[in-house]
Amino acid sequence: MKIAVCIKQVVTREWQLRVNEQKTWIRDHDASFELNEPDAYALEEALRLKEKHGGEVIVCSAGPARATQVIREALARGADRAVHVESDALATADANAVADALAGAIQPEQVDLVLTGLQSDDQGFGQVGVLLAGRLGMPHATIIMEVQVDAAPGQGAVRVKRELEGGWFQWVGLPMPALLTIQSGINQLRYATLKGIMAAKKKEIRKVVPAAAPAAQRIASLYFPEKGKKTQMLAGAPAEAAKELITRLREEARAL
Amino acid sequence: MILVIAEHRDGALNRATLETVAAAQQSGGSVKIAVVGSGVGDIARQVAAAAVAEVIVIDDPALRLYTADGFVLALAPLVEAEKPDRVFLPHTYQTRDFAPALAARVGRPLVTDCVAVKGAGYVRPMFQGKLQAEVSVDGPHIATFQIGAYRADQVTAGPAPAATRTASIAIDASKIRQRPEPPFKEAKQAVDLSQAERIVAVGRGIKGQEHVQLAQQLAQAMGAELAASRPICDAGWLPMDRQIGSSGQTVAPKLYVALGISGAIQHLVGMKGSRTIVAINKDPEAPIFEIADYGIAGDLFEVVPALIAELTK
Repeated sequence: MKIAVCIKQVVTREWQLRVNEQKTWIRDHDASFELNEPDAYALEEALRLKEKHGGEVIVCSAGPARATQVIREALARGADRAVHVESDALATADANAVADALAGAIQPEQVDLVLTGLQSDDQGFGQVGVLLAGRLGMPHATIIMEVQVDAAPGQGAVRVKRELEGGWFQWVGLPMPALLTIQSGINQLRYATLKGIMAAKKKEIRKVVPAAAPAAQRIASLYFPEKGKKTQMLAGAPAEAAKELITRLREEARAL
Repeated sequence: MILVIAEHRDGALNRATLETVAAAQQSGGSVKIAVVGSGVGDIARQVAAAAVAEVIVIDDPALRLYTADGFVLALAPLVEAEKPDRVFLPHTYQTRDFAPALAARVGRPLVTDCVAVKGAGYVRPMFQGKLQAEVSVDGPHIATFQIGAYRADQVTAGPAPAATRTASIAIDASKIRQRPEPPFKEAKQAVDLSQAERIVAVGRGIKGQEHVQLAQQLAQAMGAELAASRPICDAGWLPMDRQIGSSGQTVAPKLYVALGISGAIQHLVGMKGSRTIVAINKDPEAPIFEIADYGIAGDLFEVVPALIAELTK
C-alpha cells in the first residue's frame, strides 16, 4: 500500500509571537520551527498502516526551503521518501494554493491513501485535506479516530471511524484511493531514533516547483486580541469567597 | 443575499445553526436558510420562525445519513441557482467535513472559524487563538462561524413563519462514495456538551482521578455537566467526549466553571465564548484569569467543598 502523508512546518508552540511591521504576518525570521503537531499523528498512523500492511510512506510538504527540517524529521521517524514543493510564497499561502501545490506533487505518485492532520497550528484553515481530495478526485472522510484497511486484492477499501460532536462516532466505508484527515491523539507518537536520523540522510527528497497560485483570501491585519474582560477577583477565606461567588452568580450574572 | 445552511442530527436542530442565522441577520441584507436531509419538515418549521426571506428544503432519501458527497451534490446546485453573495455555516465537525468540497465545487473561497463579520471581510483566530486576523476575501464566498461567536438568542423572530419551499434537486445516490453507518455513542453517559447550559470543567489541578468526584458533586449542585481539559481525558480520568478545547468540543454555556485549569490556549479556544466564566486556581498568574469574569485564587480542595455547602444550604 502506498501512502502519502502531508506535513507542514509551523513555528513552535512555545515561540513568543511577534507581528511584522505591515501587520500581515509574524516576524518569523528568527523563529524556531517544528512539525505541525496534528500532522505528526497523520504520519504516525501512516507508519503503523505500513507496518501492518506493507508498502511505502511518502511524506509531502509544501513550504519554503526551511521546511526541509520537518521533512528530515519525518524521514527519521520512518517515512521512506519525500516530496518537497518548495516556494517561499507557500509559507503564508491560503488553503487553495497549498492544496494546488500538494495535488501537483501527489498526483504522479498514484497512492492508495493520503493522510493529513486536522488543521495547522498557524493559519488553522482546516481545509487543505478536503480540498486536496477534490483535486485528486478521491473521496474523503475527516476527523478520523481509527483506520481499518481491507487489503484483499481488488477490493481496495477502508473503513474509518469518524468523530462527530457530542460524543457521537460513525463508521464510514470509502473506496481507495481515499483521503483521510486524522484526529490528534489517535495514536502514541514515536520519536526518531539515532539510527532513523542516520538513515534519513540517505533518503530521497524530490523537489517540485509549484505553479504560482493567486490568493483568494488575504490577511488585511494581524494583531493580538484585546483582553475583553475585567476579572473580579474574590478574596477572603474559602467559605467567604464561596459565599460571595454564589451570590454574584445568582444576582449579578444570573447564571444559577 | 446570505444563504445559511442549517445543521441537524437525529431530528434535532443544532443550536449553532441559530447562532449562524444571527450572524447573517446582523450582517444586513436578505437571509435564506437551507435545510438538507430526509424527512426534515420539523427542522424547516423550527428555522422558519426566524425573520428570513425564505426557507429552502432539499429532501431526499439519499440524504438520510449525512455524507460529504451527498451534501455537496445537494448544495452545489442550490448555491448556483440562488447565487447568494455569501453562504454561512456554523464551524462544526460536519461543516469541516464538506464545506471545503462545496466551496471548491462552486468555485468560491472559504473563510473558516470566523468570530465576527467586519465590513466585507471577517475576523478569525490564527496561531491557535494567540493572534487574530482581519481577512479580506474576493467576490462571492463561503464563511463558517466559531461556536459562541454569535448568540442564538439574538435571532430576530419573524412576525409569521417564513415561506418554505422544496427545491427540486435530485440526488444521484450512485455518486455518493462514502458509505456511512449509523452514528453511535461510545460511552453510555455521553453528553452533547455544546448544548449544556452550565459546565464545570476540571484540569490538571484536580491532581488525581479520585478527586474527580468532588468536581462531579459541584456540577450536580449547580445543575451542570462535567467536562475536562485535555490532560484529564488523555489520562483516562474522564472519557474523551467530555473534553473541551481545540481537539475536543467547543462550548458556550451560560456558566463555565474552570477548576484547576491553567488556561492553555488549546483549552481557551473551546470555551471562551461562555457567557459567565468562573476560574478557581491556586496560581494567581494563571492565564485562565485573563478571560474569567469571576476569579478565586485559592486551593480548589478548600473552595469547592465551600461552594457545594453554600449551594446546598
